[in-house]
Amino acid sequence: MSERVSAKSYWIGYQTIVIKEFTRILRIWAQTLIPPAITMSLYFVIFGQLIGRRIGEMGGMPYMDFIVPGLIMLTVITNSYGNITSSFFGAKFGKHIEELLISPLPPLLILAGYVTGAVVRALLVGVIVLIVASFFSDLSIHNLPVTLAVVVLTAIVFALAGFINATFAEKFDDITIIPTFVLQPMTYLGGVFFSVELLPGVWEKIAMANPILYMVNAFRYGMLGVTDVSLSIAFGIILSFVIVLGAICLTLLKRGTGLRT
Amino acid sequence: MQALEVRNLTKTYKNGVEALKGIDLCVEQGDFFGLLGPNGAGKSTLIGIIASLVNASSGETRVFGTSVQKNRSHAMAEIGLVPQEVNFNQFERPFDIVVNQAGFYGVPRRVARERAEKYLKQLSLWDKAYKMSRTLSGGMKRRLLIARAMVHEPRLLILDEPTAGVDIEIRRSMWQFIEQINNQGTTVILTTHYLEEAENLCRNIAIIDDGLIIENTSVKELLSKLDIETFVLDLGAPLQQAPQVEGMEIELRDPTTLLASLPKSRNLNALFRTLENDRIEVKSMRNKANRLEELFLRLVDKHDEAASAGVAEAGS
Repeated sequence: MSERVSAKSYWIGYQTIVIKEFTRILRIWAQTLIPPAITMSLYFVIFGQLIGRRIGEMGGMPYMDFIVPGLIMLTVITNSYGNITSSFFGAKFGKHIEELLISPLPPLLILAGYVTGAVVRALLVGVIVLIVASFFSDLSIHNLPVTLAVVVLTAIVFALAGFINATFAEKFDDITIIPTFVLQPMTYLGGVFFSVELLPGVWEKIAMANPILYMVNAFRYGMLGVTDVSLSIAFGIILSFVIVLGAICLTLLKRGTGLRT
Repeated sequence: MQALEVRNLTKTYKNGVEALKGIDLCVEQGDFFGLLGPNGAGKSTLIGIIASLVNASSGETRVFGTSVQKNRSHAMAEIGLVPQEVNFNQFERPFDIVVNQAGFYGVPRRVARERAEKYLKQLSLWDKAYKMSRTLSGGMKRRLLIARAMVHEPRLLILDEPTAGVDIEIRRSMWQFIEQINNQGTTVILTTHYLEEAENLCRNIAIIDDGLIIENTSVKELLSKLDIETFVLDLGAPLQQAPQVEGMEIELRDPTTLLASLPKSRNLNALFRTLENDRIEVKSMRNKANRLEELFLRLVDKHDEAASAGVAEAGS
């Protein structure tokens, strides 16, 4: 057995992946940090200020206040997913993933490093959107632990999902299909812009099958204290996704699917 | 202790290609070992399995006694790999690439920075340390791969054609560096297409062809099997036709260069007598280099002929 491998060496290895990911996020800041700020400013101006004034209230509060948590979650979901797919697939495509595959780092830490990188970007962008939102809305946090737990766990869920996508992807097109055709519709229909109570009978039931609805509503509860769903069910769903997707990611990494020949 | 032990290793790819057909190989600690073979022989597959980039179909690989298949992390901690293709992120700086690689092996960041500076300086890359990697020349990229493989100071360094496409001056400086690393105790496994490189650097050699080891011995032993020696004679005046000497094969490579091949058991007196009688002036004489190349081609050809004969027999 090699004396070079220890808990400390693993910790340094994990830290290195996180530093590398963080450096990448900052190095390409014009692609990672600025676009969400611009997009969300437009959302706040168009949906919040212009259209929102005509809508009036939603869920018992001004429409602008109602959409802030949803837009933060929209940003967190897309950035967490997008970060890991582009970074991990980029490393696979450029073959520099081999730097990690030949290292002593076990699959769990490689996964943890990439997921942490994605969560860091999601939170950074989430904070930027929060700052932008503060110019349009009087922000307050109803329950900080719930807010933080939901945002971090949701970022983890979509980082894991993005990791699976990147593992199977063989070309850059393959990492854009799911965000465009699955993630975006699910997020937009996940209660970002409306309360699920507005939907007629059958559509409300269909909407309740969308897991993103639970994430958005749990986060809205954390910020505003209002929700369309049960908080415990929402946490149950989020944690189940973390466990199931985490297990799939680890199995794929251990087998070397899409990575080892 | 053995730095590398490979037992009955096989690899069949999904498309049915049998890249390795049962390889057995041992490399002693401290050795400078050459792994030679024609393109597609299975060298890169074997290295891929040792470095855990390729999953073996069966068999076992041990690095300093630790099984790659059973204790991957511990085995990998001892290996440094210089791959055949450039595989670092070309949008990162050489210094960051080397420091991060050290981090993946658990080297603390402060030590990693010191070592990155040391190896980048030793490989004449320090002035490029903070430039974008994609701006480096081909030779510089190859040297960066070596610095990256050395930064965690592995006990086993595997180089997969490290000097491919590199000019002779840089190639020689790379040889010097690798020899120095080996002299300091690091076991080196080298695959190369430059057989002169293997002849000069390696103490032991294995030749792999068609997924099988067809020769595994010391360079000295291997060269002793070469019973014919070839001399190159530079002539003072051009010749139209090569002279004839019994028991020797004499060939006119160009009008002023003769190649004389003769069994090692024979001396050169008969050749010189003939040249003297024919009034052929010899200005200089030297041993033909790449002796290993001749032997390599002979062994591989022999193996291929035997394989073809086997197929023909099986088919008939």
